[in-house]
Amino acid sequence: MINFKINNIDIACEENTTILAAARQHNIDIPTLCNYPDLEIKSECRVCVVEIDGRKKLFTSCSTIATEGMIINTNSPKVLNARKTIIELILANHDASCTACPKNLNCELQSLANKLGIDDNRFPTVLEVKPLDNKNPVLIRNINRCIKCGRCIDVCKNVQSMSVLDVMGRSKDIEITPAYGKFLSDEYCVYCGQCASVCPVGAIIEKDDTDPVWEAINNPHLHVVVQVAPAVRVSLGEEMGMEAGSIVTGKVVAALKYLGFDAVYDTDFTADLTILEEGTELITRVTTGGTLPMMTSCCPGWISFAEQRYPEILDHLSTCKSPQQMFGALAKSYYAEKMELKPKDIFVVSIMPCTAKKYESQRVEMRIDNVNPDVDVVLTTRELSKMIKQMGINFESIEEVPFDKPFGITTGAAAIFGATGGVMEAALRTVYEIVNKEELTNLDFKSVRGLEGLKEAEVELGGQKVKVAVAHTLENAKLMCEQVKAGTSPYTFIEVMCCPGGCIGGGGQPYGTTKEVRQKRIDAIYSVDENMEIRKSHKNPDILALYEDYLEKPNSHKAHHLLHTYYHARKK
Amino acid sequence: MIQMKLISKRFGSINPLSIDSYMNADGYKGLEKALKMHPNKIIDELEKSRIRGRGGAGFPAHTKVRALSKQSGDKYIVCNADEGEPGNFKDRSIMENDPHAIIEGMIILAYATGASKGIIYIRGEYQNAIMIMKASIKAAEEKGLIGENIQNKSFDFKIEVRSGAGSYVCGEEFSLIESIEGKPGRSRTKPPYPTEKGIHNLPTLINNVETFANFSHIILMGGDEFAKIGTKSSTGTKLISLSGNVKNKGLYEVPFGTSIRDVIFKLGKGVKNNRKIKMVQLGGAAGPIIPEYMLDMSIDFDRFENFDSKTGTGAIIVIDDRFDLFDILLINMKFFVNQSCGKCAPCREGHVQIVNLLNKFINHRATEKDLMSLENLANVIQQTSLCGLGQSSMTSIISSLRYFRDDYFSKVRY
Repeated sequence: MINFKINNIDIACEENTTILAAARQHNIDIPTLCNYPDLEIKSECRVCVVEIDGRKKLFTSCSTIATEGMIINTNSPKVLNARKTIIELILANHDASCTACPKNLNCELQSLANKLGIDDNRFPTVLEVKPLDNKNPVLIRNINRCIKCGRCIDVCKNVQSMSVLDVMGRSKDIEITPAYGKFLSDEYCVYCGQCASVCPVGAIIEKDDTDPVWEAINNPHLHVVVQVAPAVRVSLGEEMGMEAGSIVTGKVVAALKYLGFDAVYDTDFTADLTILEEGTELITRVTTGGTLPMMTSCCPGWISFAEQRYPEILDHLSTCKSPQQMFGALAKSYYAEKMELKPKDIFVVSIMPCTAKKYESQRVEMRIDNVNPDVDVVLTTRELSKMIKQMGINFESIEEVPFDKPFGITTGAAAIFGATGGVMEAALRTVYEIVNKEELTNLDFKSVRGLEGLKEAEVELGGQKVKVAVAHTLENAKLMCEQVKAGTSPYTFIEVMCCPGGCIGGGGQPYGTTKEVRQKRIDAIYSVDENMEIRKSHKNPDILALYEDYLEKPNSHKAHHLLHTYYHARKK
Repeated sequence: MIQMKLISKRFGSINPLSIDSYMNADGYKGLEKALKMHPNKIIDELEKSRIRGRGGAGFPAHTKVRALSKQSGDKYIVCNADEGEPGNFKDRSIMENDPHAIIEGMIILAYATGASKGIIYIRGEYQNAIMIMKASIKAAEEKGLIGENIQNKSFDFKIEVRSGAGSYVCGEEFSLIESIEGKPGRSRTKPPYPTEKGIHNLPTLINNVETFANFSHIILMGGDEFAKIGTKSSTGTKLISLSGNVKNKGLYEVPFGTSIRDVIFKLGKGVKNNRKIKMVQLGGAAGPIIPEYMLDMSIDFDRFENFDSKTGTGAIIVIDDRFDLFDILLINMKFFVNQSCGKCAPCREGHVQIVNLLNKFINHRATEKDLMSLENLANVIQQTSLCGLGQSSMTSIISSLRYFRDDYFSKVRY
């Protein structure tokens, strides 16, 4: 144990603890800016400096290890002045037109400036306004707001192994940008949005698509339906001031109804459908000597990654569309018939935890009539919260409402799609029972749950032991792909999700997603599962009815037309 | 005799491109003696010599060496020849006049620490020095002084020459390491320090050219004998790059403790046209600016530490009374605006604002508030910057605010 003093308080901590960590353990607040939980220590912003007795320089508490007998002052006049000066310097090179920024009141720089009492800047602005990078369907990069903290580089390089963003130039001309100052659309970017989710300011942000949704809602000729992804119901509450991990399923439905959507459906329904289609595909591949291992295809970030970086292994991807796109396809076919509406009069909106879904919905493959997109607009969790706030809905007190029919009944297996390992677990529950023709006694495949980067499990299917794996983050996806490419993969089925923790940690989720928050959302999702009446996709009576009514059987010709897709190698 | 030639004793008298010429002038004698000693004994001699790093910071050389020797596995020894500080030309002079002295110093350290990889990182603009060092390494290889199983002492050591693309900050040790790894020169978060995790995360020892050139002399004369040269806190000699408005500009070598005035007037023969000295900048652009009345100060690490500066580099730039303080400050600060790597906020954003403030003074638009802003900002940049660049770049501002405050007041508008 190391003993030292912070602000005259005696502190004892483990060896090799940074001053910042020790201070936080003792509820002493030191402001930070470039620091982000779970990411590298960068010590670039220099905001977290503290004074150490007997030393002239100030030291960044995030990177300085506390040693025996240190006497530290986190709020001396020298420290406060330095912090204030640094924030003023950063503000002088920042597009600080706060009310014209989507991060207004959600911006770490803004709240830090406020906290440090900056009401006037001693330094004149030196900002040289540069053009926006908005040439892609998903993200807008506004480098005029960038404060060069390096979080986005870190997450892109070290978590996703993509290295799309890096520092270019030096000194005041430094820019965080794709190589050669190009646009994101020129690069191997999969639009996972992790950069946007860690950006402390509004320098990288998803495109706001709320306007076309408002327009559609207010258009009397359109029947506007909305689907809600599994991960949204355990995260939206955070945006509304509730605890991380609050389950707000019924409230989301109620709020969406209040916003004026004609019908509110659950993406969980098509998640169940995915399990039947994908499970059947797996069984077919195994029994007929098809390409193995099969890899999941629900995650658009992962699909982009495979198409760009590993075109050799595209045969391994399941041909199933993602639940979002299955819903879109059904809405504009089965649902249109049932409601006696023309497909073009149906406007489909998705609420997703994901930025890449915006890209997915615009893929040309995702148009059953080859003209109009099946899903018209994708909104992130954050964009939905914006709409709810615009309408002045008191979210916490709103009365819960169930999802609409005919896609009303969903299962616990679909709910867990939102967490890493969830698709695998849901698939195993179904495939096991179909292949082995016996009931599963224990539905919980605990070995594929949790935040471990790579997980594996072994199941007995038709008398033989089969290995399956679960990977999340592209860093881990890469490992899986390398194995598959080399032909050494020991697995039969692999689930891949692009974002850390799966969709609950998606790039469109509420800001401030950390490991701790991810775990809370995951816990919530499994408790949703546990409390479901039906927990296996193939036991969903509405799904069975849909096959009976319309799709005939899993992997039927009709199902293939509507629910399956194809992939192709591409550069960007 | 003010000069004392130790490092520069062979300058001009040997052919730098001939290893035999070097060996005939006591060259590689230090290595020969060192190879008969136990590695730890060599480090003990360095400790006794109390030699401090000649790159500027003045860190006791033996501590880094000992730290490296305690690390196991592959290790790097790097000679920092990225001499980018304006007003300095001592490292180039050593490389161009006595290249083997550097190589000899590196081999001695490699033997003492068990390092097997050596890199000489030379400033890109020094094409001549790069050519000479490469030729000298080849010559030493041919003599079996570099390579495998050197002198049957069963230790291997290889040296290669690297150079950057000419960025000033690459002289800073972590930026230099990044540059060697093929990345842009930007500093890293400390700790870990280079002797723990340097090039490719392997333990790395970085010393200045002049420091390496001292090692064979220390081994030959013994640490105790070496420590008798100079002052108590600063042992040995110092190469001085004398430039500016002096009659005899050039490179001189003096023992520590010599006064600046003696260097300027006895070696440099005073100011051209016998003009008055307005100010002297020590060390380079990142060094303090002092007035004429302080010239009796002796060249000594401890004396200079009052300025938190890089005076160890040993540059003396004399500026006569035709020049205005702000001319010099503006040149310095524009230099740092260009040379900051841009990684940490105070250095990246601060220098731009310093230039803005200086321009206000130059245009007689500054107020007392601006004077306070300048002083405050200079201190914040110095106290909070990530690496040596920002920590030392403000020395000229801070020192001139102390010694030339009237110059500032004369430009303030009331």
